[in-house]
Amino acid sequence: MLRYHARPMAQVADDPSAPLIHARGLTKRFGSFTAVDAIDFDVARGEAFGFLGPNGAGKTSTMRMIGCVSPRTGGELRVLGMDPDTRGPAIRARIGVVPQEDWLDQEMTARDNLVIYGRYFDLPWGEARRRAADLLEFVQLTDRADSKVEPLSGGMKRRLSVARSLINEPSLMLLDEPTTGLDPQARHLVWDRLYRLKQRGTTLVLTTHYMDEAEQLCDRLVVMDKAKIVAEGSPRDLIARHSSREVVELRFPTEVADTLDGRLDGILDGITERIERLPDRVLVYADDGEAASAAVHAGGLQPESVLVRRSTLEDVFLRLTGRSLIE
Amino acid sequence: MLGYRRTYRGSLFASFIQPALFLTAIGIGLGGYVNRGSGVDGVPYHVFLAPGLLAGGAMQAAAFESTFPILASIRWIKSYLAMLASPIGVHDIVTGQLAWFALRITMVATIFVTITTLLGASHVPGILVAIPAVVLMGMAFAAPIAAFSATRVNVEGFNALFRFVINPLFLFSGAFFPVSQLPALLQPVAFATPIYHGVELSRGIALGTMTLAGAVPHVLVLLAYVVGGTAACLVTFRRRLVT
Ligand SMILES: Nc1ncnc2c1ncn2[C@@H]1O[C@H](COP(=O)(O)OP(=O)(O)OP(=O)(O)O)[C@@H](O)[C@H]1O
Ligand SMILES: [Mg+2]
Repeated sequence: MLRYHARPMAQVADDPSAPLIHARGLTKRFGSFTAVDAIDFDVARGEAFGFLGPNGAGKTSTMRMIGCVSPRTGGELRVLGMDPDTRGPAIRARIGVVPQEDWLDQEMTARDNLVIYGRYFDLPWGEARRRAADLLEFVQLTDRADSKVEPLSGGMKRRLSVARSLINEPSLMLLDEPTTGLDPQARHLVWDRLYRLKQRGTTLVLTTHYMDEAEQLCDRLVVMDKAKIVAEGSPRDLIARHSSREVVELRFPTEVADTLDGRLDGILDGITERIERLPDRVLVYADDGEAASAAVHAGGLQPESVLVRRSTLEDVFLRLTGRSLIE
Repeated sequence: MLGYRRTYRGSLFASFIQPALFLTAIGIGLGGYVNRGSGVDGVPYHVFLAPGLLAGGAMQAAAFESTFPILASIRWIKSYLAMLASPIGVHDIVTGQLAWFALRITMVATIFVTITTLLGASHVPGILVAIPAVVLMGMAFAAPIAAFSATRVNVEGFNALFRFVINPLFLFSGAFFPVSQLPALLQPVAFATPIYHGVELSRGIALGTMTLAGAVPHVLVLLAYVVGGTAACLVTFRRRLVT
């Protein structure tokens, strides 16, 4: 009778409503240093989930625990319904990893990098070659297939890393800073490919320093700072909850900037939710940016420049931590 | 598991050219003088020397393969990290690495034997049977050295290893002259090294003087090194790669 209640692991993993990743109190320590401090999150099937945070926040450490290459120090973690401590190889067989630093073999050709990697997943040679050709096409590297990796540009290497991580047709992809260091055109190409994967139903987990990347790609994200999660939600939620609709950036001549204390607050009382003084500019958070800017002028202040823009995740981060995302 | 390993053509070339040069210069040149006596234990010097150099060359190849390329894989190429992101685990990496060492040492030994046979310094089939013996001895070096390499952050330790361990062993552990010629104090040191057992096996088999009972203790010592080295590899590779 008991066996009717026992559910085998594989079924848990394949239950469409079960989270693909489930973490509670997940902790990673290196010696006495805590890199990830008891974080909780769930990633649903088919979702694009982001970890946003500054250098050293613990994003990579978290990704490595999910990728079953770094044992957790404490807490609970299930990936695809399985425990990384005991089912590491089975989990790794079904995930694709794009690491923060490329692990491509620089002296092999682009194609061989994919084929050999396929062999690590026990794909037969023929199948590995077939998939390699398809994936090179997918990331638009077919014309460089037989070039060594070394001379490829940063953007091409990144695309090749993405292609390599797909060789086992993963249901979950882990992307650690997929576009850091790429020029805008290369970033858009990577984003486009990730977007296509998502449409095919692949679950994406990515880390980034860039709020525009998070806003473009992520359905939901957590903001990490100093080993902890400080906020969680969709990009729009986070902005609505932690910032205003618009932001006015004001720059004043230095002599004026020193006399601003209190004056701005008086002028903008009732119009702004919050004023943030940065070393080089003042940020005024308001739902109506134009009205705030008009009020500043009406109050007799003469900023050198005025920029009204929509709120971004950068503002959320600043609000939550008092620091900029990219230092 | 590891369907592919990079080939080091340059090192392959060096690893048999060097012993071949030794054999020619010392075995045949110097041997001329030694043989005016009665050779070594009645054997012409170059015939005495060839199986010793076979073991010495295998040791050098083993030491080379298990040092620089291992550190390179860990630090520079990151190929191990890429493997670990796939279903491959640390024990697969160690197994694949050891299999690769065995293959490399076999290649080096085979090439060397071909040359000495052509030079008339050794005779088939005896010398062919010596190949598995020196491969075993090579593994007795490669496994513990690879375990050591996985703890290194730079190549300094390797230079010391070659200067203070591998090169002295090459010269003093029976390859060029019988260990019985060493000062009495140093003889037990020689007995503890894999190269001594490798040379004894290699020479005994090549010259047809080795008995099965005589071979067993040598094989056991070498096996102990291989087993201990493999266990050490599992520990140090895991400690280095899984953080
Ligand atoms: N193997 C390790 N040993 C010791 N400390 C480590 C190790 N890996 C990471 N750390 C430390 O843990 C902290 C978090 O690092 P992590 O790489 O997870 O940050 P990150 O959010 O990915 O940062 P970045 O944006 O710079 O990539 C850092 O202070 C880092 O120095
Ligand atoms: Mg990182």
